[in-house]
Amino acid sequence: MQRIGVFVCWCGSNIAATVDVKAVSEALLKEPGVVFSTDYQYMCSQAGQNMIIEAVKEHNLTGIVVCSCSPRMHEATFRKTAKSAGLNPYMVEIANIREQCSWVHKDIQTGTEKAIILGKAAVAKVNLNAPLTPGETPVTKRALVIGGGIAGIQTALDIAEAGFKVDIVEKQPTIGGKMAQLDKTFPTLDCAACILTPKMVDVAQNDKIRIFSYSEVEGVSGFVGNYDVKIRRKARYVKEDICTGCGACVDKCPMKKVPNEFNLGMDNRHAIYIPFAQAVPKVATIDPNTCNMLKNGKCGVCAKVCTAGAIDYKQKDTIIEEKYGAIVVATGFNPISMEKFDEFAYNQSKDVITSLEFERLTNAAGPTQGKLLRPSDNVHPHTIVFVQCVGSRCSACAEKGKEYCSKICCMYTAKHAMLVRDKYPDTEVYVFYIDVRTPGKAFDEFQRRAVEEYGVKYIKGMVGKVSPEGNKLKVQASDLLNNKQIHIDADLVVLAAAIEPDKSARPLATMLTASMDTNDFFTEAHPKLRPVESPTAGVFLSGACQGPKDIPETVSQASAAAVKVVGLLAKNKLTGNPCIASSNELMCNGCSSCERVCPYGAITYVDKEFRMPDRTTKVRRVAQVNAAVCQGCGACTVACPSGAMDLRGFTSAQIMAEVDAICK
Amino acid sequence: MAKNMNDLRDELIRMSGSDPVKCMSCGKCSATCPAYDEMEYHPHQFVNMIDRGNIEPLLESESIYRCLTCFACVDRCPRNVQPAKLIEAVRLVALREQGKNRLKADKVPEMLDSDIPQQAIVSAFRKYSK
Repeated sequence: MQRIGVFVCWCGSNIAATVDVKAVSEALLKEPGVVFSTDYQYMCSQAGQNMIIEAVKEHNLTGIVVCSCSPRMHEATFRKTAKSAGLNPYMVEIANIREQCSWVHKDIQTGTEKAIILGKAAVAKVNLNAPLTPGETPVTKRALVIGGGIAGIQTALDIAEAGFKVDIVEKQPTIGGKMAQLDKTFPTLDCAACILTPKMVDVAQNDKIRIFSYSEVEGVSGFVGNYDVKIRRKARYVKEDICTGCGACVDKCPMKKVPNEFNLGMDNRHAIYIPFAQAVPKVATIDPNTCNMLKNGKCGVCAKVCTAGAIDYKQKDTIIEEKYGAIVVATGFNPISMEKFDEFAYNQSKDVITSLEFERLTNAAGPTQGKLLRPSDNVHPHTIVFVQCVGSRCSACAEKGKEYCSKICCMYTAKHAMLVRDKYPDTEVYVFYIDVRTPGKAFDEFQRRAVEEYGVKYIKGMVGKVSPEGNKLKVQASDLLNNKQIHIDADLVVLAAAIEPDKSARPLATMLTASMDTNDFFTEAHPKLRPVESPTAGVFLSGACQGPKDIPETVSQASAAAVKVVGLLAKNKLTGNPCIASSNELMCNGCSSCERVCPYGAITYVDKEFRMPDRTTKVRRVAQVNAAVCQGCGACTVACPSGAMDLRGFTSAQIMAEVDAICK
Repeated sequence: MAKNMNDLRDELIRMSGSDPVKCMSCGKCSATCPAYDEMEYHPHQFVNMIDRGNIEPLLESESIYRCLTCFACVDRCPRNVQPAKLIEAVRLVALREQGKNRLKADKVPEMLDSDIPQQAIVSAFRKYSK
């Protein structure tokens, strides 16, 4: 029989105003097993906790019930208290009489009645509680960062700085991501390449960091501290360790008409290519879909001109397997497709472009060497219309676009408009906006400068229609503050397309069992207090894979994720959660129901020899739970038809006892 | 027009199946409207004025007969507010008042001309009479 102490908290007036705490304390003293009961203003305070410790010693308590706030708030606190009083921390139960009782009731009588019932249920459970000891697992001291954009780069550098090994997996031939494609960065207008490429070089030169470029994560198994990851290293048909990046092969490659992804198809590259001058690793890659040698064996020029002998047409994809203690997701974003937005004529005219294409058009390394020329005829545009919120802030039932604000567009559009006016003062620049959203350090000042100093014409209203006529784009829009419909003959229209998570995020989330929201952004463990951790232990989030972010925010979050990884890798052993499933092998019939429902892959089946009553032995197939992988969700205990699966700390017997106590 | 304007607002929402509360005031409806210059009140104003219960000026305005019902605003609204359906609802409320038919049958003969297809007359009756 347990000796249980009950501690009823007032939580100031939070509980005491709607629950008669004295009555609760007195009623619970009559419950079986309860030998002591009291109430106090703030149970979680130092004084309250000491009260518990003294009561444990004085009354020889074996179990504790705290009637207070949600266990999410203070369960850990009271478990620590129990531990310092010499009790097993899992002999503590919390009856939530605040969030689930006092806060939702107005009437003190019903509030008190319910608080007593909740307390009785907790007492009934503690009567069946058993001490639990969490297990320990070792930690692999290496981290994996998936995605080599600015988020992944920053996270990897910070982890390496703390002294841990880290690998970056990047699906493109080079790291750098979206930031490498940008021209200038707001709000200080320093050039993206000037601040990014030194970091890329740091990554390449850091002996703690390995870059697996042109590679993708293919499979993940294991659990926090002990992940096994399969990485596909795609054949680039060039030996990475031999290639010097001299570019001779690129110059001589006869296949010159391949749309250049790095410049968003606005110019061409060769079949063998280095994405951009500062690529890391600076190694050529052959595109197997366009290379004549790989397609039909007729060419081989690159192999002839390569003095290093790095070309290898017979290279195959290889799969490598690595072990990691932590995984950081940094898969980033892409602008959405403009296919469904017919009204802006994106598919009808080359001169309707997205903002990312505009970045390339103004970038010195871009298709026009940084001269602002419109794509259709390479003529300098004199009237440019920027359209904000294309595909952002759309209603869920509007069938196109995204519901969220893409967050970065107001600022980059102000930047584009300002830069155009600065470099080409003869150009008229209009920005159509719904709202200008510029929360951020020195952001609003920046946007105001675009208007006041650079003469960018901001018009509140949306563009309704763009129609190409001759070499002009007829823009029909509303000017809401003037209550007018206006018509502009534009030379170039730039659409601030909404951004969405990279397409690789969804399958990756499935591999990692990490949760996502309806927009395929990774969900954080807590939106305010755990913003860089996935609810799945050992998986961390960096950058725009978690939500739209600009560069300053991405970098802060990337560093935050790195600290969380370092905190994990610095441990030699991880303490698990003891509230995990276990199977009663005598009752298990080997049906596999539990294995099928387990979201963590924690259940395996083994053939085990059992001694039968007649002294013969029989081999049976039974379920076994991997204690380190099980997260204690309880799905298997519900699925098990023979009642062999039970969750420690939440056994079926304990839950039935709680239900009985409530229904009594 | 002694009707309580809040009741009328709810009635218009019910008739149109459209909800002005969803509007984020982007003005894309008015940007896209081919009849904009013909209208005293523009599509985005219909949405806003109905939401505020300021409906009387709309009932008395010629604008309700100027809307072409082309539904460009419905198609392009990012919030799925359907301004044309709201305008149509206002027009129906105006027409349903005693003696407020816009197009009366006895006026048709004098309007006839050989270029008007019969279909247009039928459709005009549906749009301008109760």
